[in-house]
Amino acid sequence: MKNIAEELKNKKNKAKLAGGLKRLESQHAKGKLSARERIEVFADKNTFIEYDMFVEHRSSDFGMEKNKIPGDGVVTGTCKVNGRPVMIYSQDFTVYGGSLSEAHAEKICKILDQAMKIGCPVIGLNDSGGARIQEGVASLGGYAEVFQRNVLASGFIPQISLIMGPCAGGAVYSPAITDFIFMVEDSSYMFVTGPDVVKTVTHESVSAEELGGAGSHTKKSGVADLAFSDDLTLLKQARRMIDFLPLSNEDKPPKRFTNDPIDRKSYNLDTLIPSNANNPYDIKELVFTLVDEEDFFEIQPNFAQNIVIGFARIAGSTVGIIANQPMVLAGCLDIDSSCKGARFVRFCDSFNIPLVTLVDVPGFLPGTVQEYGGIIKHGAKLLYAFAEATVPKVTLITRKAYGGAYDVMASKHLRGDVNFAWPTAEIAVMGAKGAVEIIFRGSNEKEIEKQTDQYQEKFSNPFVAASRGYLDDIITPSNTRYRIASALELLKTKKLTNPKKKHGNIPL
Amino acid sequence: MFKKILIANRGEIACRIASTCKKMGIKTVGIYSDADRKSKHLKFMNEAYNIGPAESSKSYLNIEKIIKVAKLAKVDAVHPGYGFLSENSEFCLALNKSKIKFIGPSVEAIKSMGDKIISKKIAKKAGVNIIPGTKGAIKDLKGAIEASNKIGFPVMIKASAGGGGKGMRVAYNLEELKSGFQSAKNEAKNSFGDDRVFVEKFIEGPRHIEIQILADNFGNVIYLGERECSVQRRHQKVIEECPSPLVDEEMRKKMGEQAMRLAKAVNYSSAGTVEFVASNDKSFYFLEMNTRLQVEHPVTEMVTGIDIVENMINIAANKSLKITQNDIKLNGWSLEARVYAEDPIRNFAPSIGRVKTFIPPKTDNEVVRLDSGVEEGGEISMYYDPMIAKLITHGNDRKEACSKLSEALDSFVIKGLNTNISFVNSVITNDKFRSGNITTAFLDQEYPKGYDGSSKDTERKYLIALAAMSIEAIENRRNNLENNASLYNKLITVINTDIYEFEYKILSARESSEHKLSIKFENKIFNIIVNWHYGSSILNILFNGHNYIMQILRELSGYNIKHAGFDLSVIVQTEPELSLSKLIPVKENLNSSKILISPMPGRVVKVCVAEGQEIAQGDDLIILDAMKMENILKAEKDTKVQKIKVKEEDTVFVDQELIEFE
Repeated sequence: MKNIAEELKNKKNKAKLAGGLKRLESQHAKGKLSARERIEVFADKNTFIEYDMFVEHRSSDFGMEKNKIPGDGVVTGTCKVNGRPVMIYSQDFTVYGGSLSEAHAEKICKILDQAMKIGCPVIGLNDSGGARIQEGVASLGGYAEVFQRNVLASGFIPQISLIMGPCAGGAVYSPAITDFIFMVEDSSYMFVTGPDVVKTVTHESVSAEELGGAGSHTKKSGVADLAFSDDLTLLKQARRMIDFLPLSNEDKPPKRFTNDPIDRKSYNLDTLIPSNANNPYDIKELVFTLVDEEDFFEIQPNFAQNIVIGFARIAGSTVGIIANQPMVLAGCLDIDSSCKGARFVRFCDSFNIPLVTLVDVPGFLPGTVQEYGGIIKHGAKLLYAFAEATVPKVTLITRKAYGGAYDVMASKHLRGDVNFAWPTAEIAVMGAKGAVEIIFRGSNEKEIEKQTDQYQEKFSNPFVAASRGYLDDIITPSNTRYRIASALELLKTKKLTNPKKKHGNIPL
Repeated sequence: MFKKILIANRGEIACRIASTCKKMGIKTVGIYSDADRKSKHLKFMNEAYNIGPAESSKSYLNIEKIIKVAKLAKVDAVHPGYGFLSENSEFCLALNKSKIKFIGPSVEAIKSMGDKIISKKIAKKAGVNIIPGTKGAIKDLKGAIEASNKIGFPVMIKASAGGGGKGMRVAYNLEELKSGFQSAKNEAKNSFGDDRVFVEKFIEGPRHIEIQILADNFGNVIYLGERECSVQRRHQKVIEECPSPLVDEEMRKKMGEQAMRLAKAVNYSSAGTVEFVASNDKSFYFLEMNTRLQVEHPVTEMVTGIDIVENMINIAANKSLKITQNDIKLNGWSLEARVYAEDPIRNFAPSIGRVKTFIPPKTDNEVVRLDSGVEEGGEISMYYDPMIAKLITHGNDRKEACSKLSEALDSFVIKGLNTNISFVNSVITNDKFRSGNITTAFLDQEYPKGYDGSSKDTERKYLIALAAMSIEAIENRRNNLENNASLYNKLITVINTDIYEFEYKILSARESSEHKLSIKFENKIFNIIVNWHYGSSILNILFNGHNYIMQILRELSGYNIKHAGFDLSVIVQTEPELSLSKLIPVKENLNSSKILISPMPGRVVKVCVAEGQEIAQGDDLIILDAMKMENILKAEKDTKVQKIKVKEEDTVFVDQELIEFE
């Protein structure tokens, strides 16, 4: 009996020692914490319960049978985040470079399976050199087992990937399927093929950081949602985001106590829209003023900045915000912003998070780049996402809502539940000048100018749309918070289901 | 009495004048440029007229248009405020011609006092102290010695053609005069091609002290004590006070009487200010006279109880002064802080834009007064003076006025743009300032490297650490659905290299806004109360029987806290976070060295480098125009320009990426 206890202690110590002190120091020198240290920081104090500490790989090739470390390069288990349960796995770069073996994959799968049973989020901390090459196809199979579970869990439980080291090759597809990807600046990267292969195949010389660093993925590719300067900040912010999310699609979004009155007047909004309709303004001022305590968790702040998305709370309950940003490309919808917005809308709809849509959109971005890039299909994604969403949808048009983009942005016609406009709203097929130039083609300049004024007077206001019932009310900007909060309160009991089907066919 | 007055100004002063008009039952007419369509001052007016484009030369300085509006609106008089047309004799003449009263002195007084040479001559004749010096250039060393002996050391040798400190030497004795005279002459010759120099008295530790006067059309002149405005940055006044810590009853009387003599010498009528440079030995010399309402007039009003604007209007309406010199009593102490839209931490770069949040301190006009021309949703535009507000407090003595001002500044929340609030608070809480021993060199001496958001007060720093920890604890408890309140938890505040380890237990309920905490720190246990609404920008912390006000803003890994001159980013960590953060090397900031970001909003005037160009540290990279000031952005290190992301005439936002380096 004593022997077993002794052995247990030894094994535990060996597992905790992981790749050894030297590797641990080298991990730290790179600015990275170890797998266990990360969990310690991430989890509520003393809540982490580890699974499968004694799992070892089963490889017997290339001398691997003599080289076994309990845990096999990934720490898995469950812990709490502000009192709520999550399942977690954290790859350990100090053990075989965090590479994925069959056993390693099985540990991750167990976590995913467990999360599906309980209905709680899965947090994956990725720090892995890739497949365990010694194991060959067994390792590949392991990846696919993980992917399959990620896909089945999608829309059922929130899945968050924290890229805190390398993540290359096949390994990238698990995070890609999950809902959110956070990266650490300078010490993490993601790519399908690394710089060496790129060099051999295309002769393109590029650094790992440039190819797949946090900057590239949060600004250029949009693969990652947020980048943070170091492990600690990333883990803290991941906790903050989890506080906004329900545990599963069967759970309601969490409600947090607040002192921020729902009828707080915001007089700054009365002057937000510039006198000149062509001047930009920062829609984020509206977002921050509208939500509780100016607390807005923005997603993808540096990618497709012409649309702003993120989580916030109104009257304590989580909402998803989607807003056109007039500061960037005049707020036009393009390929990137449509995809960004669509994916966020679908996340919120999956997890019962009401949508608050703020509209100031002059249309879709014109040009060959957009058309050749398939803006038709990509723009349709956003339309599809809004149209299929059954969560409460509150929409506010602040200024421009032109053309097809008006329809797309959670309009009444796409089952918008409560649609508001500010007095500065202009709902029209297009800008007055463009419209008149078509209607009165061939007329002289003076006539065009006169007709433009008339068109402006007739359509550059919210009354036409309101008279048709496309808008439920025209509201005073300073009163926006109260009106939106009241609408959301009313919609708490909204019940709407889409026709039963296997799944829709979103234009991917 | 006037029935209707046009206020030919904008911003806080237009609001302030309109308030007095309202009190006096006079209707007001406002004017506004295109940039001011939604400005606060218009809400104070009975009528308002647009007078043209944003540029002040085309609007607020456009005499023709303003006169047109004055006639159209049928006003009896015009109050010019300060700045713009307030000391413009042309404007005054044009009004006279149109039979509209100018609320201010006569054309002659404006003209003569507006000329530096003439005003000095008149002052001298009226028996006002003038800085002793030679009238013209000095031929040789002998002449210099003679003159210096007559003036009395220390003296300053100045180039006649001078400017910018070139050809200037201070001499405390004969020896220094001998060497200084020649080198000043040489330098003058090299710099200006003109080696003429003159000698004048050197004022040591100069202080800026001015006398407020009121004069009517019937020869009555009174002075309303002095104001000291020695705390200046680039000749811009930052803090003003009444009375001056230097001036005693005797000196006040001397200065006041000289100011009155000068006013009488030019038949002055209206409010005016005679500026002096004073030395610690209580000697003082005439600088100039301002023939208008001064920005800093409220401190005089707070101490004397006299409404200066009301008197100006009465005087212009040809009424005689109701008060005599004997009625003037200086009651207590008043200080004024000018709140500007600028970024003191970034070398006072201008900060323009929308005022998204404007939460003023509690005002009662007796202890705390706020004169502001901006409100929530208002805008500080690049076209005009970036002053947001004047915050004025009153106390029984200087110390009390200072602490009231500091508290009021702590509870003054402005978001959307940067302000100098923390900086002026650091001045107010500065020991040297508190001692009253201030000179016009105060800011240069106390902030030789500028303002970095820190302060020396270690006790306040500890309080900031305590407050940040408390907020984190309160937030953690709110977010956590499970709460074990019976145990002490540990949180650590890190401020730069200082580490404060606290243990805490929250005693109050989650829903309360009066958070009671039991704190263990360095083996002491004590209770504090933090008054804070979740998410609020302001917190009150009751510690050791004192209430402290702080401003708090959530950041990625901690908080920004502003308090008593501190403007700090503090990090709050758990034990594991602290111990693990020590294992990781501190990251060098790669971003800033590889990218030039715009420190301020503005317009690109010139791009001085080209892509691919090798540059050395200190090279000019981009010239930005902001607030009509050209700002040169220089290279921080030797590198190569990879990509230029802006072109000339582009408008750029703060933090916009301008140039990428290799």
